[in-house]
Amino acid sequence: MHTKTLKALSDMLANGEVSSQELTQHFLDRIKQHDPQINSFITVTEEQALAQAKAADDTRAAGNAGPLAGIPIAQKDIFCTKGVKTSCGSKMLDNFNAPYNATVVEKLNQAGVVSLGKTNMDEFAMGSSNETSFYGPVKNPWNTDYVPGGSSGGSAAAVAARLAPASTGTDTGGSIRQPASLCGITGLKPTYGRVSRWGMIAFASSLDQGGPMTQTAEDAAMLLNEMAGFDPKDSTSTDIEVPDYTASLNDSIEGLRIGLPKQFFEEGLDGSVQKVVQDAIAQYEKMGATIVDIELPNTHLSIPAYYVVAPAEASSNLSRYDGVRFGYRCENPVDLEDLYKRSRGEGFGEEVKRRILIGTYALSAGYYDAYYLKAQKVRRLIKNDFDEAFKNVDVIMGPTAPNAGFKLGEKASDPVSMYLSDIYTISVNMAGLPGISIPAGESNGLPVGLQIIGNYFDEARLLNAAHRYQQETDWHSKLPAAFA
Amino acid sequence: MALDKDDVTKIAHLARLQVDENDVPAITERLSSILGMIEQLQAAPTDNIEPMAHPTDAMQRLRKDVATESNHREEYQAVAPATEDGLYLVPKVID
Repeated sequence: MHTKTLKALSDMLANGEVSSQELTQHFLDRIKQHDPQINSFITVTEEQALAQAKAADDTRAAGNAGPLAGIPIAQKDIFCTKGVKTSCGSKMLDNFNAPYNATVVEKLNQAGVVSLGKTNMDEFAMGSSNETSFYGPVKNPWNTDYVPGGSSGGSAAAVAARLAPASTGTDTGGSIRQPASLCGITGLKPTYGRVSRWGMIAFASSLDQGGPMTQTAEDAAMLLNEMAGFDPKDSTSTDIEVPDYTASLNDSIEGLRIGLPKQFFEEGLDGSVQKVVQDAIAQYEKMGATIVDIELPNTHLSIPAYYVVAPAEASSNLSRYDGVRFGYRCENPVDLEDLYKRSRGEGFGEEVKRRILIGTYALSAGYYDAYYLKAQKVRRLIKNDFDEAFKNVDVIMGPTAPNAGFKLGEKASDPVSMYLSDIYTISVNMAGLPGISIPAGESNGLPVGLQIIGNYFDEARLLNAAHRYQQETDWHSKLPAAFA
Repeated sequence: MALDKDDVTKIAHLARLQVDENDVPAITERLSSILGMIEQLQAAPTDNIEPMAHPTDAMQRLRKDVATESNHREEYQAVAPATEDGLYLVPKVID
């Protein structure tokens, strides 16, 4: 049952072949049996999951069930879940039971989706390896010596090990797509503004975006149908209609114009990853797509610009953790300043502190123009590159990550080298565009993802292109032997 | 731009972040290496380029100035470290 896609499980529920309670129990059992090897969950909400499953079965019996009613999924522990611990991977929020549901959680609840629990992640979503979590690193199900990627590493590993049919993630600089690539699953970062950020713990508010992490593009379309939409509670939510993303999955991609940015295939790209991407492109040509060489000349500036903008926004967002209203408070503070400083010093991990310090510096008097303002101007250069490219192409393709992954501990002591692993994903967040990573091959037994980038609000086309590829190939259905 | 230890201590104070004295040299080194990487930005020509604060340059929406939130004080204070009579408690600020 666990090897089935969300779509297949949805059909089984509709046909009465299985109940949501049986399905939910099956995945809860798998989590119990297998999660100790990969540490992908922070909290498992067994009781609540079974209650939600029963409610979904009742709804179905009454004839009111939608396609996702009774489907169990895992939620990244960045989404607030009422009455359930919402830690964001941090000691700071280890004692935090959210008093309300995130809009995404609320919408999925409305659709009858069952939540199995909350997945592990880099602390406050700051990391590309899941090693900064207060709850210990997640391990890659394909090889437990390797990182699963981050920050949505728990969500990616849980789906890769089939401990959940699908999960939610968030992506600020690649945090859905890079772990999807490293774990061999499908991960979609929608256009900025497509999915509500309300109740999604803020890291860098002009970049953060939630999205689905699944086995297939079809599954991602089904989940996005429920996750997307205008939310008056999110001040940057976009009020445009949500199409049925499953309706166009099978459209022909004959004549689809694929842009290949020269800058995505230069120095730094692993040879075996390059080969996988080239083979995938060749497959697309076979399916009738045409290839256009393009330039994204400011790609190299996306990482430096990101490491000004994201920490600056983070330093502001994370000022709310002050030991007063919620979260960790230090023991016996002598005065208010001591309360602030020690609560924050003891509650945050190393990487989070580093980014708060960088952001504070970039925003401090005398440095604002040189850093923050400059980075925002460069951000527009990056966006202009994409706007120019999309005049001639329908989608852009390339690698998701420069290599098939790295070992636990390998980059932990060198933050800059860790940051560079997001080179192909970060520019997409800077521009606010949608991007998807799909499994397209392997390198030394580790999965490799293909990234497809679309124009604003063109998720349907990304999902269509990804789905057609998955009809012709079977990389998406491979799973690690230890979890078969 | 390289930072020195005094810079780091000052930034940590601005961020109200306690940093262990013994960790300052290592933090200084890592922050300097990150700032070194960021330095590449300075070479980018950005004359007449408008800074970009939002991916689609959307403006913040306005709404009618009416109360939309109901009172959740009890739920919100249930997760607070210390409260009394509906107030958040902090160490004494005024003698």
